[in-house]
Amino acid sequence: MAASLDAIAGRAPERMGGVSRVLLTLLPLAAVLYGLIPVLFAGQPYWLNVMTNGAVLSFASLGVWLTFAIGRVNIAQGAFALLGGYVTALLSTLYGVSFWLCLPASALVAALVGAAIGWPLLRLRGIYFAMVTLSLTEAMRLAFLNAPGLGGGGILNIPRPAGLDTPLAFYLFAATLLLAGYLLVWRLATSRIGWVFRSMRQNEELALSIGIDVARYRVVAFAICSAMGGVAGGCFASLQQNIYPASYTVSDSINFMLYCFLGGLDFVLGPIVGTFGLVIAFELLRSIQEYQALLYGILMIVVMLFLPNGVISLFPLLVRRFGRGAS
Amino acid sequence: MTLLSVEGLTRRFGGLVAVNDVSFTVSEGEILSVIGPNGAGKSTLFKLIGSFLPPSAGRVLFEGAVVSGLKPNQVARKGIVRTFQETTVFKEMTALQNVVVAHQLGVTASPLGTFFSSAAARADERRFRDSAAEILDYLGLGHVKDVEARNLPHGYLRALGIAIALAARPRLLLLDEPFAGMNPEETDRAVAMVEGIRKRGVTVLLVEHDMRAVMRISDRIVVISFGSKIAEGSPEAVRADPAVVEAYLGKDDETIGH
Repeated sequence: MAASLDAIAGRAPERMGGVSRVLLTLLPLAAVLYGLIPVLFAGQPYWLNVMTNGAVLSFASLGVWLTFAIGRVNIAQGAFALLGGYVTALLSTLYGVSFWLCLPASALVAALVGAAIGWPLLRLRGIYFAMVTLSLTEAMRLAFLNAPGLGGGGILNIPRPAGLDTPLAFYLFAATLLLAGYLLVWRLATSRIGWVFRSMRQNEELALSIGIDVARYRVVAFAICSAMGGVAGGCFASLQQNIYPASYTVSDSINFMLYCFLGGLDFVLGPIVGTFGLVIAFELLRSIQEYQALLYGILMIVVMLFLPNGVISLFPLLVRRFGRGAS
Repeated sequence: MTLLSVEGLTRRFGGLVAVNDVSFTVSEGEILSVIGPNGAGKSTLFKLIGSFLPPSAGRVLFEGAVVSGLKPNQVARKGIVRTFQETTVFKEMTALQNVVVAHQLGVTASPLGTFFSSAAARADERRFRDSAAEILDYLGLGHVKDVEARNLPHGYLRALGIAIALAARPRLLLLDEPFAGMNPEETDRAVAMVEGIRKRGVTVLLVEHDMRAVMRISDRIVVISFGSKIAEGSPEAVRADPAVVEAYLGKDDETIGH
């Protein structure tokens, strides 16, 4: 049981076959995304939209998790969501490009910009990299605010994606996207490339000394992360049918980072659990308006204090306890 | 055959000259030691050869080609691999994982093939695992291969550092103070280990503060003091060299005290 749990959490034991590892990892998540959530919320468009938000935000968080995996605290994901959102918005409103082509375009532009910016910036470590990425989010907002031809930056009436007319249809698309993103990051993390990332996070100089092209792997990880942010931004632009320079601010970038923290950095499933947990908590706290932020803050402090390895670290603990009780 | 030549290597830090016009060569198959008192510039020289630091002047040639100016990972690809002082390992991996991951230069599968776990990628993984197990056994770490590095007894960590370096298949292994802080028994084992590494066909350049082990193990010794080379030769010749005696013992107030 413990072994299968590890696999679910993206920490697959080494001796299992490739296919069964993938299935063990994917099936529970697929069951929740395609089974539990649609059944629970099918008649409630509001909550279905919350779940759609959760799925798309999780997709972006998975990217941030990947930069954590190489040992960098990335507070720039909002910038790439904004960039991807504008790519989709401009292509679809100005040139009538289909959503299904806009999305890969958003990914590509975000990846290229991420690689170009990341190449020099990723040399910075720790708090320095975090601070620079944080200001990158603000710089991206200002760039779109002042971009010539955008008239203050907002783009309205972005067409909704063809074929995704109902909240359920869009949710199912978001769920599929998330599953694909999970599979991508899980495979990266458990493959040889994931071990290279781990070695870079644990000791960059030692990784260099054994011939690992640390600079290149860092840029690749950051570009994939940025592409995922770009795709998420494109989805939201289309879902909400508008985008503004303030659609993603520094607080959004910080949230993506927190989702990873709270879910757990040791597990690929961490950012997904963290994102859904906080998105749902935020909705539940909506009824107590003025105390919402306060409670949200307290909740986060409590989790960080008592579960420094994230919410997911609870699962193996619980399983061990119940397993012992049963035997 | 000359494997490595160091030509007029100099490194300044502001007004301080840490390494001053040092030249020597390393022949294939030999064990050459660079020794000197504390602060003589050994560590700086070591970093210059491994390209972890750019020289202010001079150059390093490996098999006749200039390697100074390359990045450390490129130098490793050419066949020069260094170890680190003390306990530089991947702490959150097991000993086996440490050495497996150090095989990256031997990858044959494409990145895409790695992602989709192609036959070549699986063959790579098998090869790395076998090779890592062999290296760990060879260095006497076989019985702790599944222990996470941060939980390993201190005495094993330096050997694990060497295992990591060997996994990169070096032609020239740079050892940074491999005997520092060891008791005579541990030194004996470490000396045997270094000799074994040479038998595997790896040329060894080591930097060391402690002279005793160096005298036993080295084919030749280069002595530096205050950044400059003051002697070079066989252990016997170096031991008898007045300049060396002076640098280590003579006028040094700290060592003897007046």
